[in-house]
Amino acid sequence: MNLRARVGKRITFGVGITLAFAYFFPFFLVFVNSVKLKYDILANPLSIPLQITWDNFEQAFAKMNFFRALTNSLIITVLSVSLLIIFSSMLAYYLARSKNKVSKYIFLVLVASMIVPFQALMIPFMARFAPLVSYNNRGALIFFYIGFGTALSTFLYHGFISTIPTEIDEAASIDGASDMVAFWRIIFPMMRPITATVAIINALWIWNDFLLPRLVLDEASQTLPLSTYLFYGQYSVEYGQAMAGLALAVIPIVIFYLILQKQFISGISQGAVK
Amino acid sequence: MILLKEEKEIQVPKARAVKRFLKFAGLPLAIFTVVLVVPFVNGFYYTFTDWDGFKITKLVGFTNYADSFADPKFWTTLRFTALFVVVSLILVNVVAFGLALIVTSKLRSANFLRTFFFVPNLIGGVVLGVIWQFIFNSALVSLANKYDWEIFKQSWLQDTNKAFWALIIVTVWQSSGYMMIVYITGLVSIENDVLEASQIDGASPLRTLFSIKIPLMAQAFTIALFLTLRGGFMAYDVNVALTDGGPFRTTELISLHIFQDAFLEGDFGTGQSKAVIMFLIVAIAALVQVSVSKRYEVQR
Repeated sequence: MNLRARVGKRITFGVGITLAFAYFFPFFLVFVNSVKLKYDILANPLSIPLQITWDNFEQAFAKMNFFRALTNSLIITVLSVSLLIIFSSMLAYYLARSKNKVSKYIFLVLVASMIVPFQALMIPFMARFAPLVSYNNRGALIFFYIGFGTALSTFLYHGFISTIPTEIDEAASIDGASDMVAFWRIIFPMMRPITATVAIINALWIWNDFLLPRLVLDEASQTLPLSTYLFYGQYSVEYGQAMAGLALAVIPIVIFYLILQKQFISGISQGAVK
Repeated sequence: MILLKEEKEIQVPKARAVKRFLKFAGLPLAIFTVVLVVPFVNGFYYTFTDWDGFKITKLVGFTNYADSFADPKFWTTLRFTALFVVVSLILVNVVAFGLALIVTSKLRSANFLRTFFFVPNLIGGVVLGVIWQFIFNSALVSLANKYDWEIFKQSWLQDTNKAFWALIIVTVWQSSGYMMIVYITGLVSIENDVLEASQIDGASPLRTLFSIKIPLMAQAFTIALFLTLRGGFMAYDVNVALTDGGPFRTTELISLHIFQDAFLEGDFGTGQSKAVIMFLIVAIAALVQVSVSKRYEVQR
């Protein structure tokens, strides 16, 4: 390698590492201040804790009802994503395999609907679904996520199914498999890569969503972002506790990401290119 | 007899096709229609009536739209949103493309860097917004008083112009990691022999970037620009958590404005007509952007 290339590489590395620190810095502030005493935070938010206290975490845990919020988030995310995978893969399979006009129009409507922002229909939406929401708000929220997630998920599956040769379906039906059996036993397992993409993209969206849960959920069903927001609003002057609350909101998803990093990155690049 | 038999033969597969449609597509399409299509169509209709959230007594023509445009706060919001969309669109994409170049430059630490750049994207806008609220309102103010930094002595979130930049900083920090992945996908899709050929021809790295790489990955730009455009118009979480529209409703992006109108002030008719206006703006902007960017895509 010549000198110029080596200097270039050094500069790139320098810029990269500086930016990486900058990107991480806000989280550093949260973590470092979450174990400090209130006075120490105000005196110097940047300093390393002089005296470590876990009291903030204890308080935040109890006040934001961390385990309840975490459980709610998990239930809502897992159920919505699973149902979305089941429904949208079936719909996409149907649309990709039946080459009639109706299927084509349905697919076009699905694609066009992706441009509609939720805000454009949120008001009539809330008026219409008020009874369902008061009947069971977690169930209602899952139902809504299926409705709003169908278009993108179906679109992703549709692109993938088009690459699976129809001979496989024909072979299955000659062997006497019914439509459903052929789909679930043969086609669905072949779509594992795109299923991972659909799962990750939807899980990130649903886990972090705020507006819809804010409109729909009552206090006992609050998800993690919602309870973090409300907790911060109430206790923002208790800096240490507020920071502990934020740390609690950040930690679960970051751990999950570090474990499944490869899947995350490839899922998003798959989803973006289609 | 023969005719009847023929009819039967045509009808049986048709009945089976309907059954197949119901089995595979019935439920998902029903949910999609109920959750998305019906409220969307209703929403259009409601804007031409005196709907108050519960009942409709008469049609009112364009009154709701006239009221929306007569509201000076709505104009403030539209201007603020337009500026936010343009600035965030440019900065998010410039930064994200830069990050993608760093991460794909064959550094040994590339994966490590990529991990850091992507982390803010994992966390919801509200939590990110609240973190930065602490930074702007408390951390920076206390540091400014300690070290006498004039610029941070008063919280940025209390001043409309500075709050705008605060929103931009948080948005760039949040979204650039995701768009970086889109650009990385584009960059690594370029065949190596094309790059080698340009090297042999003596093209400088900068020349290679602008004449080879960018034109060959134009599709990634189409996608990233579309996503940031849409994200800019729909931004809500960061706005709520960072400024909540303050000071005095001067930093309200359109989503938050509609939310306040409908759910805090109870103006369902004008709120919904503003929502329809928002939809039309987003749809037109996205269509123009996609058709313009598509023109730059190279067929391979």
